[in-house]
Amino acid sequence: MFSYYLQLGLHSLKRNPVLTALMVIGIGLGIAASMTTLTVLHLMGSDPIPWKSDKLHYVQLDNWDVNQPYYDDGRPPDQVTYRDAVALMEAGKADKQSAMYKLAMPVQPENPEIKPFRALGRVAYTDFFGMFEPPFRFGSPWGASEDASHARVIVLGKEINEKLFGGQDSVGKSVRLDGNDYRVVGVLGDWNLRFRYYDVTNGAFADPDEFFIPFTTAIDLKQRASGNNSCFSPSGDGWDAYLDSDCVWIQMWVQLDSAHGLEEYKSFLDNYVNEQKKLGRFQRPLNNRLLDVNGWMKDQEVVSRDMEVQTGLAFAFLIVCLVNTVGLLLAKFTRKAGEIGLRRALGASRRQVFGQYMIESGVVGLSGGLLGLALTGLGLIAVRALYSEYQTVAHLDWAMTFLTIALAIVAALLAGIYPTWRACRVQPAAQLKV
Amino acid sequence: MEIRPILSALMRSKVSMILIGVQVALTLAIVCNALFIIGQRLDRMDRPSGVNEADTFTFSSSGFGEGFDARAVMKSDLEVMRQIPGVASVATTNSVPMSDGGWGEGISLKPDQKTSTASTAFYLVNDSAVQTFGLNLIAGRDFKPEEVMDVKFGDRPQPKVIILTKALSEKMFPDGGALGKQVYLTGNEPSTVIGIVEGMQQPWMSSDEVEYSTLAPVYMTYGNASRYLVRAEPGRRDEVMKAVEQKLAEVNPSRIIGKLKGLQDYRADAYASDRAMAIILGTVIFALLAITALGIVGMASFWVAQRTRQIGTRRALGATKFDILRYFHTENFIITSLGLVLGAILAYAFSLWMMQAYQSPKLPWYYVPIGFLCLWALGQLAVLGPALRASRVPPAIATRSV
Repeated sequence: MFSYYLQLGLHSLKRNPVLTALMVIGIGLGIAASMTTLTVLHLMGSDPIPWKSDKLHYVQLDNWDVNQPYYDDGRPPDQVTYRDAVALMEAGKADKQSAMYKLAMPVQPENPEIKPFRALGRVAYTDFFGMFEPPFRFGSPWGASEDASHARVIVLGKEINEKLFGGQDSVGKSVRLDGNDYRVVGVLGDWNLRFRYYDVTNGAFADPDEFFIPFTTAIDLKQRASGNNSCFSPSGDGWDAYLDSDCVWIQMWVQLDSAHGLEEYKSFLDNYVNEQKKLGRFQRPLNNRLLDVNGWMKDQEVVSRDMEVQTGLAFAFLIVCLVNTVGLLLAKFTRKAGEIGLRRALGASRRQVFGQYMIESGVVGLSGGLLGLALTGLGLIAVRALYSEYQTVAHLDWAMTFLTIALAIVAALLAGIYPTWRACRVQPAAQLKV
Repeated sequence: MEIRPILSALMRSKVSMILIGVQVALTLAIVCNALFIIGQRLDRMDRPSGVNEADTFTFSSSGFGEGFDARAVMKSDLEVMRQIPGVASVATTNSVPMSDGGWGEGISLKPDQKTSTASTAFYLVNDSAVQTFGLNLIAGRDFKPEEVMDVKFGDRPQPKVIILTKALSEKMFPDGGALGKQVYLTGNEPSTVIGIVEGMQQPWMSSDEVEYSTLAPVYMTYGNASRYLVRAEPGRRDEVMKAVEQKLAEVNPSRIIGKLKGLQDYRADAYASDRAMAIILGTVIFALLAITALGIVGMASFWVAQRTRQIGTRRALGATKFDILRYFHTENFIITSLGLVLGAILAYAFSLWMMQAYQSPKLPWYYVPIGFLCLWALGQLAVLGPALRASRVPPAIATRSV
């Protein structure tokens, strides 16, 4: 019976091409608008590291000006100072921990045919790799001993390894950055980060990191961060004064594997800050934060407000399209009152008539969904063209494709309920009279 | 008028009427708020940066190795670039407006002031920057070459003289007379205001204090890196860009010339999301109006078909074609108006929600009346086709049976 009704549904679509086209286009447009925005919102807002996002915590300490909070609403600074980062690293109270900062360095290839170029990298401790789990193609991360010995070692990203060594295993080879040689210990494979969640302060959608070197080494070489640096008071003159200052420019992440560990780390931070208060630092009230990955994404509004507004409007638009479809289906089914009366008179039950017209609505939904899917594809192309930084989040995956079709069918069925119910109530006798 | 019969006919197809009404209401609410957002974005994008954008470009130069003398290279680079044909003016600067990267600093009236009077962008420039940026100096004078200080990266620049934007000078000295006054920036050494420029935005477009900028005469190299600003003679920017890139690589190969980027491109990037928002909302508005219009056409066609006999009867009883036309237009006007009343409430509700959730400003009152006029017009246009078809129903149809 289902396939027969399906045939009837398709046949009926062909009989009123204009009305059908109006409905299909309506549903298609509504679905496309909401799915385009929803896809971007979903990929932007979804958990970047679901298997451990609740274990990774971002450390924030409030060392800011006693007279003026960092944020007007009283939230602590986004980053920490060098001295606090080093103190927390030396204490080593978390299961894993890494201070890090962003820097840009000139790369001087040995091969004279490759022109020197500037590369964006990250300075971190060995735990960075254990915490954020980038996949290694060759070699491995450097270890704690390299951190301790301030070794000149480097982990290359896939692209820079491609550029310098043609994608070959370069472990053990040497790379010259800003006049210093570093030994390659590892090369990353494809690291499909949708956004760089471990450093949203310097732009979650900014260009990815191309290399990694040890924190201790970079400090030795006086490599300044090329990311955000904020000071509430003058940092004094020279490198040592800068390291000693209350300027914040370092991101600090810790991994805490248990709830107990989290509580302990919180009290450790409180103790640390209270100790520092005795030294005259941290004059603001105790205001430490240990947000997990998703909490930090939310705090920093990685999902832009524009995207939320757009998604809201797109769904309002979908509702208008559905209301429109209800009206058109109503018109269509009412026109068929005679036919329905005939079927009822010939013995079809209300239930059967209901089934038939719901299937017809479903067919409209399916067609609208297919059109919507094509339009969603176009919509995402448009989003990528309009927002150059969203290349990684404006893509349709299988889940979204399925959801698009399903949403279209569900929407059309919902829109079809009332018109179908009306159709079922047709009195055969009234329709058969001439 | 024939309001009565129209109303009683409408009451018989309440659901259809409600459906159209709801569509019109939602359309009004969305269109008003979306148009308002678009308007805000366009206003933002319209703000002048205060600098010449058409003919200027900027780029960084970073040398490598210990032996690189960034300071000397900087000075010779300036000379080399000045010789290139088509170059109107060359300067050094640490940042440019709209670039989203720069130095923010507190500016105070007294030394050791607890909270600074304002936050300002701190542009570290040489003596030719005012000219190269094309700033409009409205009071005082430009920097002199001997006033440009050499500051090592990591050291505090404490300039003796500074130039402020008009907006910042008025914030610092509301009673006027900023020229010659002293302010405090990075330390306890006073800086004297020697000039005021009409406008120069900060690098950060989302800043609330985007018009507050300070220029200080400082040569500063970031490690081995420096930044240049070049203004070409009008219309020759692209040609000058190529020549500059080539020449600098030639005179000193032990460095990397960063990407040369026109200030126009900084503007495009800085406002890309505003532009995208305006385009996307514009598309939604267009699609929404189209869907609503099509919905009205569909429903009206259905009603015309349903009432063919009734129309024929009316025609047979003496109604003119115009009467039939007027009937459908009036009917549409009534439905649309009911929808619009509901829509006006929804529009303000949306606006209230946006105010609470996103701190957006209040929807100005005139958006809703304008929306009324547009949707009335849209409804009347949409119903015209079906109504014309109705008016052509021959009276004879009344005498025929099904």
